Amino acid sequence: MEKKRIHIVDTTLRDGSHAVSHSFTVDQVTEVVKGLDNVGVSLIEVSHGDGLAGSSVNYGFSKTDEMELIKAAGKVIKNSKLTVLLLPGIGTIEDLEQAKENGAQAVRVATHVTEADIGIQHIKYAKSIDMMAVGFLMMTHMASPKKIVEQAKIFVDCGADYINLADSAGYMLPDDVRARVSALREAIDIPIGFHAHNNLSLAVANSIAAVTEGATYLDATCRGLGAGAGNAQNEVLCAVLERLGYDTGIDLYGIMDVAEEVVEPLMQRPQVINTASLMLGYAGVYSSFLLHTYKASEHFNLNPRDILVELGKRKMVGGQEDMIIDVAFQLSQQGQH
Amino acid sequence: MEKIKVGIIGPGNIGSDLMYKVMKSKHLEMKLMAGIVESEGLKRAADLGIETSLAGVEAVAGDPEIKIVFDATSAKAHLHNAPILKAAGKIVMDMTPAAVGSYVVPCVNLDNLSDADNFNMVTCGGQATIPIAYAINRVADSEYTEIVAAISSKSAGPGTRANIDEFTQTTKKALEVLGGADRAKAIIILNPAEPPIMMTNTIYSIVKNPDTKKIIESVNDIVREVQSYVPGYKLRVPPVIEGNKVTVIVQVEGAGDFLPVYSGNLDIINQAAVAVAEKIAAKMLNKAG
Repeated sequence: MEKKRIHIVDTTLRDGSHAVSHSFTVDQVTEVVKGLDNVGVSLIEVSHGDGLAGSSVNYGFSKTDEMELIKAAGKVIKNSKLTVLLLPGIGTIEDLEQAKENGAQAVRVATHVTEADIGIQHIKYAKSIDMMAVGFLMMTHMASPKKIVEQAKIFVDCGADYINLADSAGYMLPDDVRARVSALREAIDIPIGFHAHNNLSLAVANSIAAVTEGATYLDATCRGLGAGAGNAQNEVLCAVLERLGYDTGIDLYGIMDVAEEVVEPLMQRPQVINTASLMLGYAGVYSSFLLHTYKASEHFNLNPRDILVELGKRKMVGGQEDMIIDVAFQLSQQGQH
Repeated sequence: MEKIKVGIIGPGNIGSDLMYKVMKSKHLEMKLMAGIVESEGLKRAADLGIETSLAGVEAVAGDPEIKIVFDATSAKAHLHNAPILKAAGKIVMDMTPAAVGSYVVPCVNLDNLSDADNFNMVTCGGQATIPIAYAINRVADSEYTEIVAAISSKSAGPGTRANIDEFTQTTKKALEVLGGADRAKAIIILNPAEPPIMMTNTIYSIVKNPDTKKIIESVNDIVREVQSYVPGYKLRVPPVIEGNKVTVIVQVEGAGDFLPVYSGNLDIINQAAVAVAEKIAAKMLNKAG
């Protein structure tokens, strides 16, 4: 029997950008893309961690203009599809046009799980210029399977090529993933993908849960490099999928070598689950808040854990990094040191 | 006391809220609500005893008693309406992102626009953040200003949703033109939390002269000025200064005239438009008297 194909979307150079405070250089991107392209990754995502035009005070400035990084990736990519991320409200169609000129072939349009309609214009535009377009729902732990189906259909109706569900807070347990992916599998005819965070050490387990319910695209990063405690670790995920009898199209030893020899040397801190990243998963907070929370806790002399719990209570969504300052200021006024 | 007669085109949420605000005004009088199809909004106006029409811009342009017009349609519709209203000699408050006329934020540049006949109200995020950006720049010289506007999902209408790029682009440009920064960036976030969040805006500015005392005074002054036409405008986080970076967070609670109080984003742009219209009306009445 032919093995079922799972497409690996490597986002080391996008979600991993958070973990290095958006400091990737042209040389680093060139080497990582060469390696990933060579071992058989289906899609390679390169963008600021918060997507196109994410370079900002709020999310951190890119050390190198992301368009330079995309262009560098485009020069060496041969087999994989060069992909960018776009969060409507941050990036615009103008940014997408520029990314395409620099070699991007696919775009993932990411909105909060209840707000898909703000991405319709971007999906439609991407399709009109012959790009692959993915409807990407973030923070899916915050919505019921029914709500997710309703929102995914908005993306399907405007022409998305597949739907990606993200556990942006690394909060879900395998059954939460199964419930969401299976509901979607029954409701739509286009492929489904899943994006995990490892805040509760469940990134690979949750990715496998998604695959067993019919997901065929999985996001991963080498060494798990990513926001919070990182993502599903690509080389580990590939090994597990191979053991389970899936075909990832990836040379397993090859991806191990890329992770060890190319990605590990550029990491700025070990990708571990420390207290603050565990708290992200426990409290359901957007993973990229992590490093910004450390900064605010220092400035206002607070425990990062207290800030994260309050952010979770307030139901802050992806992109609201500014509210870390708001919460830290309010807590410091209450004298909760 | 004599009042200046007003017409509103577009009886949706914005138009209806404007109608209630005009009805409370001491210088403005609601004359006509115009739409192009039967709607809840037109019925609401008729129930309040206000003349209504299905002839849209033509009805407003054709009424010689109307001096001031609020266009609460869409950018595309306003491009069509603007020349018709101009030819009819109306003063127009453009609530859309069409930007046919000059951007106006009342506490920033209204006094410089005495001869204008078309006022563009920028965006909700622009009305909420440009005053702060301007206040920082006037004492500290901003190289770069960035804003993050967070609004409740319930207060983001279909027009905003379908054209979210227009928000970021228009707000960015107005932050440069009126806010005075050399470069600017705007971000908008929709948050679906229940109960709905109040509109919250963060203003970051990278400045050349980070004089803490001057920045705090200037921001406090402008907040008081905005409060004179938007009572629900509040400083959540007073200026935090780290090196050459200034961070300020403001919240906008709506007046609850027609829209719920969490729709501070819709309220502030309407309050600003009415503030501009009242000033023009006062001038007209002065001249006439």
